[in-house]
Parts: sequence; C-alpha cells; structure tokens
Amino acid sequence: MSDTETLKTTPLTDDHVARGARMVPFAGYSMPVQYADGVMKEHLWTREHAGLFDVSHMGQARLIGVSPLSAFEEVVPGDFIGLKPGKQKYSLLMNRQGGIVDDLMAGRPTTPDGALTDGLFVVVNGACKDNDFKVIDDELAGQVEVKRLEDRALIAIQGPEAAAVLNALVPETAAMAFMDIRALTGFGTDLIVSRSGYTGEDGYEISVPAAEASRVWNLLLEDPRVRPIGLGARDSLRLEAGLPLYGHDLDETVSPVEAGLTFAVNKNRREQRDFPGAARVVKELAEGPARLKVCLRVLEGAPAREGAEVADADGNVIGVVTSGGYSPCLKAGIALAFVAPALKAEGTALKVIVRGKAQAAEVVKSPFVPHRYVRKP
Amino acid sequence: MRFTKDHEWVELDGDVATIGITAHAAEQLGDVVFVETPEVGKQVKAGDAFAVVESVKAASDVYAPISGEVVEANPELDSAPETVNASPEAGGWFAKVKVSDPAQFEALMDRDAYEAFLQTQ
Repeated sequence: MSDTETLKTTPLTDDHVARGARMVPFAGYSMPVQYADGVMKEHLWTREHAGLFDVSHMGQARLIGVSPLSAFEEVVPGDFIGLKPGKQKYSLLMNRQGGIVDDLMAGRPTTPDGALTDGLFVVVNGACKDNDFKVIDDELAGQVEVKRLEDRALIAIQGPEAAAVLNALVPETAAMAFMDIRALTGFGTDLIVSRSGYTGEDGYEISVPAAEASRVWNLLLEDPRVRPIGLGARDSLRLEAGLPLYGHDLDETVSPVEAGLTFAVNKNRREQRDFPGAARVVKELAEGPARLKVCLRVLEGAPAREGAEVADADGNVIGVVTSGGYSPCLKAGIALAFVAPALKAEGTALKVIVRGKAQAAEVVKSPFVPHRYVRKP
Repeated sequence: MRFTKDHEWVELDGDVATIGITAHAAEQLGDVVFVETPEVGKQVKAGDAFAVVESVKAASDVYAPISGEVVEANPELDSAPETVNASPEAGGWFAKVKVSDPAQFEALMDRDAYEAFLQTQ
C-alpha cells in the first residue's frame, strides 16, 4: 500500500492510540501491531490470563435467502446443510482449481431461548473481504443476498481467564461450548458472540455495533485480567496453535488436502463432489497431494521465517517455510512449511536454510502448543 | 561514543571499535530473541549489513558503522540475546572491529547530534 493511500480505521483506532499502540498498515487498515508491553509480554499474557484483540478489519456479513445453507455449499466443501442452529463451522471458500480463495467462519446464531436468527453469519479475512463477498455474490446470485455488516466491530477475548471475565458481564455466554454462536443482548446492546478464536486458547469473538465498540472495549479492559494485544502477538499465538494464515500458508494454489485441512471437507461432500475444485480434492484424498503442510521445530540457530527453504538430511531442497517465527512459549523457532509428503512423519530430521546456513529442524505434531478449547462448559 | 542514522553506536579504543545498537533501536525492536554476530576475521565495510537481530516478529539487519576486520563477537548474545534489551549500549555490544580508517569514526554523529536526529524521526 502506498503512503498516499488513506488507511481505513476501525471504531477502536482512537482507543489503540490512546493506549500507546504502535499502529501499522494491515489489510488496508491502520491497526495496532503492539502496545507498550511489546509482543513477547502480550503473547505470554494471553496464554496466562486474557488478551483483548480488535479484529474489526475482518469482514462480517449475513447471507440471507430462502435456503442459505444449501446455497453456501456451492462455494465451500463443508456440510452446512447439517449445521445445527447455534453452531458455527470453519470452512474454505474454494476456486474451481481446488485452491483456497479464503478461510472463514460461518454460523447460525440463535437467541438464548433457541430462536434462529436471520440467514448465515459469515466472518472472513480483512484483506480478502471485498473479493470474498463479490465471489459469494456472483456465485450465489439469486439465491442469497450478501448483507455486509460494515456497521459492526469485532472484538476477541482470548485466554484461560477470558471466560470468567466475559461470563460475569454477559451471563448467557457461560453455557456456550466451543464453536457455539449466539445472538444476545449484552453490555446493553445487541451482540453476536461465538466461543472461538485464533490463539488456540478458550475465548470468545464478539460482534458489536460500531457505535458501542469503544465502550465495550474499555469496559472489558477495566478488568485487571484483561490487556490489549496487538497483531504481532496475534500472529505468534496463532502460529503456536498451528493455525494457518491466509496469504501465507493458504492461497489460491493451495488445496485443503495440502494444507492439512481435510477436516473442513466433510464426508458427504467428498461423496457428492459438488463443491468447486472437488475433482482435485477427491483425487488428492485418494492418492495423496504433491506437497503437505507440516509443523517444524527449529533445533538450532535463528528462527526460520516465511520463504526459508527446507532441505532433507542430504541437503536436497524439498520444501519451503510458509510462516515461521519465534515461539515465546517454547523458546525456539517454529514454522509451518510445505514439504514432500514422504517427509511428513513426526520426528523426521530436516534442515531449514536461514541466510545460507543449514540449521537442524524436526517435524513435530500440530499444534506446537496444545489447544485449550472448552467443549463442555 | 558515536552514532549512525541506522541506530548503531561505536566506541573507539585505540584502533579497536566496539559496535552495538542504540537504546532507541532496542526499544523499537522489542524483545530480542536471537542475534547473529559476524564471524571473527571477517572484513566489513562501513554500511554493509554485518549482523542480524531478531525479535518475535521480524529479523533486522545491523549495519557496520565503520570499516575493518572483526576481531571479537560478543559470546554472551548466543545464550542471552535479551542482553541487547537489558544493556544495549554496554553489555549488549555485538562485535569489535579493528578499524582501517579512524577518520570514519570522527564523521559519525555524537550523542547530541544523534538525539537531535531522533527528534526528526
């Protein structure tokens, strides 16, 4: 993005600046990369207490129509017809070549008394949102109306103390399990709350009217267990959780099988082969993909970052790091990489090439740091 | 002590220069998690990238403020890279260089000039 282009702001931009955030351009927005604590402390705080994230740059919409679930299945490989009221699901917007246009969450928010709200609530990546909603609008024209919710902010609260903090302020959130989604009244306004996130921790994502966002944000920060967390720690947290980042680990050339996201391709959809790119995905499920995402732990030297080559024990280049960095919890370099599938087994000794030096690395299981989702509240 | 616009510092003792990054640079980087110091015996030229400092978020080059031969690298930074944050302008030094042209040192900013330069950033 050039300097002359004006960055967009979120309803919380002034609050970030007031709290000493360092602001950077991200997905066309001016976003906080870190606050005064810095990335390391913010990361560890979220793992131990509760971190608050402004993710209002992400795209929120409701898909409204006669049968939005079956319509949505025309662009994603997940079983949405089978999605129960009150649940959300991780899914992938696919292209016809079996590549990933974006990854997303889509859910059916219910009110606390069980009533279903309108359509399918979708949250997509900020950098992709204009294209995503255009793709959905084009592909599903006449079946759904894409009603973008640009007048809403999105706030995530994540960490082992997140539930205690939010449950005290919005009691209806206590009964929610991982991937539950509710439309409720909280903080004196209308919320869409899901128990989910992008850190591997328990926590919630809260969609709130833009005009109420600053009040909700500052109210949550009055609790001493809660601190604001920037995009720097958001990235290191999701990396430790083994979660892919679109534009780095996923793109239009990467298939769900290569990305290790076959859980997002439901069994009935594999049999029906009726989603974009199904031919490639079904073939790769049967025969194996050409490359496969693995988790690497760097055993010596510098962290391996995006673009670093991966070599086998003999020094032959067999892959590339798609995102990598330093793990504050493991105190070691960790990375997501594509490698030849023959080298996917845990414990396989590999090398990462950093600034011309071959450093020892090892395939480890995903995630690097265990998930702590609350499946039974 | 003299300073560069890339936020390195140099202290000259005889013909040996000790080089590090400034407190301002360390604060901007945040927690340092890895330092790649130059190899002893390496010839460096003023302005060349000669070391790398890494935070959780990113890797950044450190530029040689002065030309010469690397005679010592700070072994402390291998095991305790956080020393760069704790003591950027003393214990967190990166390397010592036997300088080939001491006039380069005189051409760098003194502390007052560096502080004034930071105000313009």
